[in-house]
Amino acid sequence: MSNTPPKMTASHVTVHYGTKRAIDDVSIDIDQDEVVAFIGPSGCGKSTFLRTLNRMNDTVASARVEGDIRLDGHDIYAPDMDVVQLRARVGMVFQKPNPFPKSIYENVAYGPRIHGLAQSKSDMDGIVERSLTRAGLWAEVKDRLSDSGTALSGGQQQRLCIARAIAVDPEVILMDEPCSALDPIATAKIEELIHELRGRYAIAIVTHNMQQAARVSQRTAFFHLGTLVEFGRTSDIFTNPRQERTKDYITGRYG
Amino acid sequence: MNDHTVKAFDNDIGQLRGLISQMGGLAEDAIEKAMRALQRSDLDLAVEVRSGDKAIDTIEAEVERMAVRIIALRAPMANDLREVVAALKIAGVVERIGDYAKNIAKRVPLIESDHRIEPISILPAMGRMASEMVRDALDAFAARDAEGAVRVCESDTALDDFYDSIFRTLVTHMVENPKTISQVAHLLFVAKNLERIGDHATNVAEMVYFAATGTQMVERERGGREV
Repeated sequence: MSNTPPKMTASHVTVHYGTKRAIDDVSIDIDQDEVVAFIGPSGCGKSTFLRTLNRMNDTVASARVEGDIRLDGHDIYAPDMDVVQLRARVGMVFQKPNPFPKSIYENVAYGPRIHGLAQSKSDMDGIVERSLTRAGLWAEVKDRLSDSGTALSGGQQQRLCIARAIAVDPEVILMDEPCSALDPIATAKIEELIHELRGRYAIAIVTHNMQQAARVSQRTAFFHLGTLVEFGRTSDIFTNPRQERTKDYITGRYG
Repeated sequence: MNDHTVKAFDNDIGQLRGLISQMGGLAEDAIEKAMRALQRSDLDLAVEVRSGDKAIDTIEAEVERMAVRIIALRAPMANDLREVVAALKIAGVVERIGDYAKNIAKRVPLIESDHRIEPISILPAMGRMASEMVRDALDAFAARDAEGAVRVCESDTALDDFYDSIFRTLVTHMVENPKTISQVAHLLFVAKNLERIGDHATNVAEMVYFAATGTQMVERERGGREV
């Protein structure tokens, strides 16, 4: 897509949970200025793959990751990689909105505070406002920043979680089915937000909703049974896929 | 091709394809009847062709409704999407083919039956050729047959050659016998209509090819024909 080197490159990634192979030899690169969508049936490994990109699988004792994953050319599984730092650079948004049971302000301020990103109260106020603005939530919450984050609607909570991810100034944002718990209007707002965030952050999104993948991404990867079946321009994948399995899946003939 | 998990989707696509086949059948029939009416100066048959065109128009409208409904309710993707879009476009083209047949039928009463010139006897052969192209293009659609579609496009050259030869013959007639000019002018239009029908069948074939393969057929070299 662009001539600049990819933001992240994953080469020959294989993941086991105990003896079960969840991902088999997957290679994908994500460019700086693009949204990449991962689609595939449940259990195909798309979420597992997403979670290798900021080492979320480290928290699963039985998980074993092989292969090479690089952020700006640096091996994220290298011994000298600071995992906390990595997860600040590669943020994550989950399926179910999971705000902390704290105020809206504190939800956003928490990350910058532990990473020491703000020198003063006014610095922090700036970060909170900027993050909430970028997440498209500022206008709705600016007069109630001390209210609990959990008091917001589902769609607002999800945008709060995006604001929280943005607050630590990440380079990549991973989204694991960010809209599957939201109604269509809240979903549309998140999708619009993804468009606005594109360019500032490299984005990888796992979604079960193929229309969503078609709407928000520039490239789409189709996973099946732990393998990467096809990875290409979204417009090609949805109009003229090369692989029979991709075609059967996206046209609703799978299974 | 595998069935859709949602069976109603298969039914919808099947119905849409059925409408296209039905429409194509009516268009072929219209060409054949129009040429028969011309050859025999059968005014009743000519009227039948003219009124029969309404049925083609009705099916076209039905295809449009059905295609829009499928796109809205089923959100077709990949080959399904290409097929629905192709059906929509093919319906428009077949409707035009029907119009050309109707135009031929309209000319039947304007051609004098007692001073008929000789070239009129070779026009039905050209009509058969055009009608076969329409049938082959729609057969290719029914079978999702990209190679069949390519063959239809290739056969257009023969129809074009036929037209050129008839054109020259008819012009010669006009030069040699100015009394026939009005009749021959109508026959020229008939030949031109048949030639246009072949072009439209070629368009249908190109859409069939796109629907089946996802790529455009390579643009054929068109000869230096000027008319």
